[in-house]
Amino acid sequence: MLKVEGLTLVQNQRAILNKINLEIKKNEIHTLLGVNGVGKSRLAYCIMGCSGYKIKEGKVYFEGKDITEFSLSQRAKLGITLAWQESAQFEGITVKDYLSLSRKNGNDSLKEILDKVDLNSKLYLDREVGEKLSGGERKRIELASVYAMRPKMAILDEPDSGIDMLSLKKIKDYILSLKERGSSIFLITHREEVTEISDKISLMCRGEIVKSGDPDKVRDYFKRRCGKTCNLRKKWDERL
Amino acid sequence: MNDYEAILRAYKLSGGNPRALQFPDIGSLVVKENKVLSSNEVEGLVLKSEETPEGVRAKLLVKRGFQIKNPVHLCFGVIPEEGIQEIIMDILLEDNSSVELLAHCTFPNALKVKHIMKAKIKIGRGSSLKYSEVHYHGLKGGIEVIPKAEVEIAQEGRFYNNFTLIQGRVGKLNIDYNVKVEKRGVVELIAKAYGREEDEIKIKESVFLNGEEAKGLTKSRVVVIDKATSEIIGETYGNAPGARGHVDCVEIIEGEAKAEAIPKVSVSNSEAKVTHEAAIGRIDKKQIETLMARGLDESEAINVVIGGMLK
Repeated sequence: MLKVEGLTLVQNQRAILNKINLEIKKNEIHTLLGVNGVGKSRLAYCIMGCSGYKIKEGKVYFEGKDITEFSLSQRAKLGITLAWQESAQFEGITVKDYLSLSRKNGNDSLKEILDKVDLNSKLYLDREVGEKLSGGERKRIELASVYAMRPKMAILDEPDSGIDMLSLKKIKDYILSLKERGSSIFLITHREEVTEISDKISLMCRGEIVKSGDPDKVRDYFKRRCGKTCNLRKKWDERL
Repeated sequence: MNDYEAILRAYKLSGGNPRALQFPDIGSLVVKENKVLSSNEVEGLVLKSEETPEGVRAKLLVKRGFQIKNPVHLCFGVIPEEGIQEIIMDILLEDNSSVELLAHCTFPNALKVKHIMKAKIKIGRGSSLKYSEVHYHGLKGGIEVIPKAEVEIAQEGRFYNNFTLIQGRVGKLNIDYNVKVEKRGVVELIAKAYGREEDEIKIKESVFLNGEEAKGLTKSRVVVIDKATSEIIGETYGNAPGARGHVDCVEIIEGEAKAEAIPKVSVSNSEAKVTHEAAIGRIDKKQIETLMARGLDESEAINVVIGGMLK
């Protein structure tokens, strides 16, 4: 479905991402696991084609097509989307309007869409996606807009951050429901408990993929090796 | 087409509902150039008007204790390509009364039109005035609009003003409002404008919180593109204990447009507090990219963000 080959991102004359290779198969939940600050979100921005994240080397393929030079909008029109770690605010735009913008590919009811992120449509549809909503609420609404879009590939950047443990199950259910309706998911997280639903995990460290494959094995490696005391991490932080 | 039909057609362009001008239980005043075409009073509302050489002098009074149920519709317009319209308006709300005014100002063919509004507004004790003003200026940009208002809000009075000019060209806009607020009075001034081509937008709003616990908010949302310019001066003076004021200005620029924000906050009483925030710049990249990630083109995304801000 999505293939990344030798992706290298250079910012401020430093290689932030170094020769990344990844393959996300159709209808797969592929998790990118790694502690904070190793380059996970930047990889997401490169795949999505965000401005300021033009890669120096490498290729990105989607459904066999080379999309390396495609704009963000072109990639979205092919069916790739991204939910940001911190969701944007939109003054004057209601939840109803916001979700309707994404609903072009389907005819799910707005209630059904908000149910998926555990929000009551009666309480939220007429509210602004602005500063009066908490970061957690805006995040759920952004996830709802991804669901409404019916993407072929959803990149979810830390969908669990700012969400309490009680809601973690809901987030996992949400991701599984995306999968059930045919999406492939590239799930970015630093919390191993979220990775239980993964079909495959890639572990990122210092801007590189250091391990990829069976979820149990990669998770086990992560638990043993990727603590705060990791010397490699410290060196990486210093370099940045 | 007669004058009345012409102004109704223009009224509709500015978002007005012509049917509302025909109901006997809805107060209204319709002015084309310097002609009063219709005027309707309702119980508790006195509406007097007289024609002047360049416009109309009008008095609107809400009697003590009356809450006017339906919004009162005001329609001002100049239909020809050239002309001048000066509206001199005295609005008085006696104590414990309330009214909502919906003003539509429409100049659909303006090539060389000047519209001047000079308003004196007095809001009595415990009274409430909501004043919404929507403009439509056509697409030629040949118009100058100069709304000036002197507002006095008595104890526990409330004044909510909402000025919107987002359809068609702005031309030259020069708003100048002065509001004095007494004890526990409240004022909220919201202005929204969208300037294109060589439009010029100037908004000056001054709020004097003179009474204890008086509250004031001035909020401006302006978008300028092409070579349009905007200058927003938001002044709030906290002069009494417990007075609270806030100036909130956001200007978005695209193309060769220029924008300036000059907030002034002044406090002369140690128990008053006035704050301000101003932001000028391009649209937030994250907002645009979020919408583009849902399949919108960049221009569509910009329009959605601007549309929301000016709504």
